[in-house]
Amino acid sequence: MEPFTTHTGRAIPLRRSNVDTDQIIPAEYLKRVSRIGFADGLFAAWRADPGFILNQPVADGATVLVAGPDFGIGSSREHAVWALSDYGFRAVISARFGDIFRNNATKAGLLPVPVSPQFAESLQDALEVTPDTEVTVDLVAREVRVAAPGGPVELSAPFDIDDYTRWRLMEGLDDISLTLRYADEITSFEEDRPHWLPTADAVA
Amino acid sequence: MGRTLAQKIWDSHVVHRADGEPDLLYIDLHLIHEVTSAQAFDGLRLAGRGVRRPDLTVATEDHNVPTLGVSGPGLPLTGPGSPVTDPVSRVQVETLRKNCAEFGIRLFPMGDAGQGIVHVISPQQGLTQPGMTIVCGDSHTSTHGALGALAFGIGTYEVEHVLATQTLPQQPPAQMAVNVTGDLPYGVTAKDLILAVIAKIGTGGGVGHVIEYRGEALRNLSMAGRLTVCNMSIEAGARAGLIAPDDTTFSYLEGRPHAPRGAGWEAALDYWRSLPTDADAPFDREVTLDAAALTPFVTWGTNPGQAAPLTSSVPDPDTMDDAGDRATALRALTYMDLTPGTPLTDIQVNTVFVGSCTNGRLEDLRAAADVLRGKKVADGVRMLVVPGSMDVKAAAEREGLDEVFTAAGAQWRSAGCSMCLGMNPDTMAPGERSASTSNRNFEGRQGKGSRTHLVSPQVAAATAVTGRLTAPADL
Ligand code: SF4
Repeated sequence: MEPFTTHTGRAIPLRRSNVDTDQIIPAEYLKRVSRIGFADGLFAAWRADPGFILNQPVADGATVLVAGPDFGIGSSREHAVWALSDYGFRAVISARFGDIFRNNATKAGLLPVPVSPQFAESLQDALEVTPDTEVTVDLVAREVRVAAPGGPVELSAPFDIDDYTRWRLMEGLDDISLTLRYADEITSFEEDRPHWLPTADAVA
Repeated sequence: MGRTLAQKIWDSHVVHRADGEPDLLYIDLHLIHEVTSAQAFDGLRLAGRGVRRPDLTVATEDHNVPTLGVSGPGLPLTGPGSPVTDPVSRVQVETLRKNCAEFGIRLFPMGDAGQGIVHVISPQQGLTQPGMTIVCGDSHTSTHGALGALAFGIGTYEVEHVLATQTLPQQPPAQMAVNVTGDLPYGVTAKDLILAVIAKIGTGGGVGHVIEYRGEALRNLSMAGRLTVCNMSIEAGARAGLIAPDDTTFSYLEGRPHAPRGAGWEAALDYWRSLPTDADAPFDREVTLDAAALTPFVTWGTNPGQAAPLTSSVPDPDTMDDAGDRATALRALTYMDLTPGTPLTDIQVNTVFVGSCTNGRLEDLRAAADVLRGKKVADGVRMLVVPGSMDVKAAAEREGLDEVFTAAGAQWRSAGCSMCLGMNPDTMAPGERSASTSNRNFEGRQGKGSRTHLVSPQVAAATAVTGRLTAPADL
């Protein structure tokens, strides 16, 4: 995974709450067996509407998505994260995320940035007035900063992320290698498991 | 200080704990299916890793496979005689088969007697047991909490992690209790109960929490009803949902193929009896609901929290206090093509779906058949009845339920996710409207442009008869 420390880019507002992962990427796109090539499925149904934000010129090159509360609820499909990343997003800002989506995002290097509903709304307002506003997501300082290109910071807010996930993202470490450091502990745990626990072996 | 059921299971599965790190939890059972596993196996191969415990991993084909033309096991995936017509779906199923063969994982293929929806087959085989940790690359893994297991959905990267290590690093969740006092009135089901819970706490109400469902109403529910309740925990945003194991749980499990036997059964019972939440265990959040006041519930909007009693009307967004709720409701009503004030029982549907991991068990099919017996599906309505597993299908046929459905004009299918999500041949056309016993009414969930009303099996069957949302009592 690519390390994530701080990212500055243009953002677009998605003024919808309860954006479920079926909307982020509909089921018909989930039949693929690769991890790449999901950008075309991103918000596929909504993109049929020419007025949708992703169809506006401002979406070109945007790397931060600012959504309403409860973003990424519903299905566990990691394809939702892959689609957002494939499209070019590095971070999603929202007042609240679905747990599985948030987890998936941090495993795949897309940063979920939880802020207050008020801050998310002010940011969306600012983006609608001044589309070339630059948003900096600073994982090191755990802070979002908003500024006109080259200008002073106009809005900022702290965001929460646990120390461990922050460290892992900043170092670009993958969980499996980290866990394998404890292989011996896993083995001794297995030795103590009750014998009556089920296995998948065929039963008579 | 006492501990909750979820905390007890958590604590007994910690492999490694250190300050500043998530707990490393051992996973007792890993369920996989064709949609969220292919990329995980690829990752293993790329890193040169194997599957640590193929014997704790079980695979099934459910999301993608057709439910028509699957008469039994051994059907080819390609060529004449294959029920799979979509080449992309075929590749996904083939990929699962290859991966399971390569890594030595037990697979229940399309048409096999053990095949079915992943969350239906595992409890049915007795693989799901109290006190276990269970994961699956599927958000409805919460279903297994009905037996007192800590079970949660994971993403594909985590699937790879579990395949490689049989563990998962996890931050402890917060604890939430949903207390349901009183008993459900006659004609009110587990589905109505959970829809009412979600309507009360909202789709984000359980975020970061594990929900334990407690109280008399839950104690009195059958295992099928408990599975329905826990299934939809994720629809309230919760990481998992559980119900303490009790005699209902034990008698459900006893004698199932993978349940412990003999001395193992006695040892297991001792352990399971130690699991329920201690009397002095604190919850971070508690919500109470009176079951006796509930009536059949249906959704009117595009998330499962947008639900109301069937006797009420489409709500008016203008009367909602919260600006966010108002905007979401307005959008939902536009998508659903509904006008505020319309009685919910005036809403006409053209599709009825009985099935899914929420309501595709034998009891659900019995309940629907009881309503439908001797009646006809209304003209212009198509009704699909899809058993959750091939085992449920066989049991239903032994009772003659298939005949009740076909005599009424409904279609009797083979096991799978079917019309719960638009990724297999069972989909709805744009603008079609359904009464569905599944768990999600998201925009386009059952096919692009489709409109979904979530209901219980009983309401689904009554709705099929009249062609509009109907409670069985009103037939
Ligand atoms: S029945 Fe529906 S919710 Fe359940 S596993 Fe299948 S697709 Fe998911």
